[in-house]
Amino acid sequence: MTDTLQSRPRRERPRGRTRAVPIPLLVPALIGLAFLLLPLIALLVRAPWSSLPEQLTSAEVWEALRLSLVCATAATALSLVVGVPLAWLLARTRFPGRGFVRALVTLPLVLPPVVGGVALLLAFGRNGVIGQWLDAWFGITLPFTTTGVILAETFVAMPFLVISVEGTLRAADPRYEEAATTLGASRFTAFRRVTLPLIAPGVAAGAVLAWARALGEFGATITFAGNFPGRTQTMPLAVYLALQNDPAAAIALSLVLLAVSIAVLAALRDRWLTAS
Amino acid sequence: MTLRPARRSHAPNAAPSPTEIHQKGPSPEGLDARLVVDRGGFRLDVTLTAAPGDVVALLGPNGAGKTTALRALSGLIPLTSGHLRLDGVRLDDTPPESRPVGVVFQDYLLFPHLTALDNVAFGPRCRGAGKAEARAQAAEWLDRMGLADHAGAKPRRLSGGQAQRVALARALATRPRLLLLDEPLAALDARTRLEVRAQLRRHLAGFEAVAVLVTHDPLDAMVLADRLVVIEHGQVVQEGTPSDIARHPRTDYIARLVGLNLYRGRAEGHTVRLDAGPDITTTEELSGPAFVAFPPGAVTLYRERPAGASARNLWRCEVAGLETHGDQIRADLTGELALTADLTTVAAAELDLHPGAPVWAAVKATQTHAYPA
Amino acid sequence: MTRSAHWTRRMLQVAGVSTAALLTLSACSSSGPGSDQGSSSSPKLSGTVTVFAAASLEESFEALGKTFEKRHPGTRVTFNFGGSDTLAASITSGAPADVFAAASTRTMATVTDKGDAAGTPATFVRNRLEIATLPGNPDRITSLKDLAKPGLKVVLCDRTVPCGAAARQALDAGGVELTPVSYEQDVKSALTKVELQEADAAVVYRTDVRAAGDKVTGVDFPESAKAVNDYPITLLENAPNPETAKAFIALVRSAEGQKVLSGAGFLKP
Repeated sequence: MTDTLQSRPRRERPRGRTRAVPIPLLVPALIGLAFLLLPLIALLVRAPWSSLPEQLTSAEVWEALRLSLVCATAATALSLVVGVPLAWLLARTRFPGRGFVRALVTLPLVLPPVVGGVALLLAFGRNGVIGQWLDAWFGITLPFTTTGVILAETFVAMPFLVISVEGTLRAADPRYEEAATTLGASRFTAFRRVTLPLIAPGVAAGAVLAWARALGEFGATITFAGNFPGRTQTMPLAVYLALQNDPAAAIALSLVLLAVSIAVLAALRDRWLTAS
Repeated sequence: MTLRPARRSHAPNAAPSPTEIHQKGPSPEGLDARLVVDRGGFRLDVTLTAAPGDVVALLGPNGAGKTTALRALSGLIPLTSGHLRLDGVRLDDTPPESRPVGVVFQDYLLFPHLTALDNVAFGPRCRGAGKAEARAQAAEWLDRMGLADHAGAKPRRLSGGQAQRVALARALATRPRLLLLDEPLAALDARTRLEVRAQLRRHLAGFEAVAVLVTHDPLDAMVLADRLVVIEHGQVVQEGTPSDIARHPRTDYIARLVGLNLYRGRAEGHTVRLDAGPDITTTEELSGPAFVAFPPGAVTLYRERPAGASARNLWRCEVAGLETHGDQIRADLTGELALTADLTTVAAAELDLHPGAPVWAAVKATQTHAYPA
Repeated sequence: MTRSAHWTRRMLQVAGVSTAALLTLSACSSSGPGSDQGSSSSPKLSGTVTVFAAASLEESFEALGKTFEKRHPGTRVTFNFGGSDTLAASITSGAPADVFAAASTRTMATVTDKGDAAGTPATFVRNRLEIATLPGNPDRITSLKDLAKPGLKVVLCDRTVPCGAAARQALDAGGVELTPVSYEQDVKSALTKVELQEADAAVVYRTDVRAAGDKVTGVDFPESAKAVNDYPITLLENAPNPETAKAFIALVRSAEGQKVLSGAGFLKP
């Protein structure tokens, strides 16, 4: 994308003037950039660098980090397993009320996560619409468990995946699926062996988005799964609670989370960029 | 919907009459279909029959319904009514993946993430072959297409002609009883097209089941197919061998395709009285509704009324337009008779032809061809 | 060369402009509401007074705010209720507030230590812990020890927030070993878990039990005397509207104010 915007005019006009970026675009762009970067810079400037090693060697930090990574990854996996088929259904089939279903899928994007957490409690809680049966029949209760954390993160993160995959599916040529069908592939085989590989970049981009969203999830998690170190206390919860009386520790934790996300996003950069 | 005797060029047994086809059903071998598809204002109603070994071309202008017919045959769209039998088996309600039908799509639709070998092996895999078995079959097909060296290549690394052959191998690898080709040469440039057309002709000639190809290019149709089915507005307008159709076009579209001037009128002896226009003298002796056709090359142009006027077919016209056609000039004429005439560049210069120029057009009776409408 | 130098210069100018714009923006926001009344010392009270108060004070302070506005027409009391520590953190970061009422002296200390309080904070109420159980107390919890019964789901406040620290103190005093299912981020969330019947019991303030009405049943326990929270209130150093703020504090500490607060379950200091 940057290639086509920047290098092409330069190549076509080797001696020509550099095309000036219009001020009405440049100024807001720079303000926007500054607005996004300044808080991060402030975090670095005010970080308690001297006490950082001590902060980061505490077992609780690593436990929270481990839990965050495990839960975000599990939530992404869960989102993939049900989200990709859901995206396919929305993109490739017609059924009454499809637009409505689509709107419902995106609802968690606009719902305050805390409300999402309460909604999850009402559905899967011990007295929830479904939760009471889970408890009565299987003795399964979800609140206050790691599974609860994964569910809360999935609830919040899956829409990102579904939207991304659905967009890619709509852009992909459905005739490849038809070609596979004429070769004897069932619709599912066609999806698995042809469509899925074709939309892999979009799925990867969606998964990264979902993973990042899950990693930073706070509201739904603390509301649905509570906060218990090693079981449901993920990094964002640890950061929030540390902020109550030890801002330095909170900043240290935030830096860890920031570093981990940057590392993971950088590792996925190639696929991420090709898809976007 | 026209229904004609199925086989003209390939007639292993005597061609049944149309009524026989209706009443007794098809011969067990080959294709017997009446495709009726209603799609929001457009109605396709086409009857197609073919024996094993036949190559049938569906020829028609854009939007005539050729591709719709192909999709109906492959099962990608359902029939509104009609029927589809292949080797005596009814396929109307069979989903596309269970039909013994292979398709070569217009832009091939090779799976970009699979190698040429895996593209070809895809069909056998889906039809139950083991992985090794499917790949062995695929390798054999690629070898037959002369593509053994490109087995490991991804589609984007293949040239247009190679991709076309991989697509053909992929369709044939499922051993279909009906092979469908959608504009098989349209995606190729002119040079490659010539070469691939010849190869494709060879492969189709060796194909033992029914092949149906869709094209808007009369040359492709005539080179590749034994029989043409011309479709306009969702209906079959003419059907027959390429030479038959080239000599006896029945619509303006076909006449233009095969490069003939075509007129309709009533024949009385050696004269055909056109519905709107002058008489044309012919060598054939006919009576009743008739077509008269003559090629543009048969027309001679004069600036002055030729002395003697040995040609009885002489009309006063005016040049409406000129265009280069290969190394010739094609003149569009209006006047007593609308027609096109081909002449050499030199002749055009000598005659000082330009739009608006008055000319006399003459055609010898021996150059015309009349046949019953 | 000159072209690109020119371009760079212009870009720097533009960058300067945008920085200035940001600074202006932040200058605007720090001048806060009611700043124009800051130096006014007229006996007639007016303007907006901004009160940062612990979440547990919400119901009683709202009521007192209405009383205050009725008594002093032209004034407005706006509240920011939240976790005491969060509020303290925003005050020390320069949030424009007139009054701070905290749920613990320790939290108040973070504000006074930074010199953000005007004068010495005064304790105006105290709060005690109570056990909130499901309505009707189906698990028959009668003491702090009962919370340690196996299979019982208990939520506590996180020890970083006052109710959690107090609960820890009480548990220690009673010698009770208790592993909760969750350490909640504030007292309201702890209570909500019991209200939604996700947890069987929570250790919360008696004011919260009172406010929850019949959705929970409160159980008093003797160890709560060992963990009484003092609620200090103070005028802030950078208060935009100190006169009106002082009057509001006076109302809170008056007999009338105390009556409203004890009605909500608070104890006299």
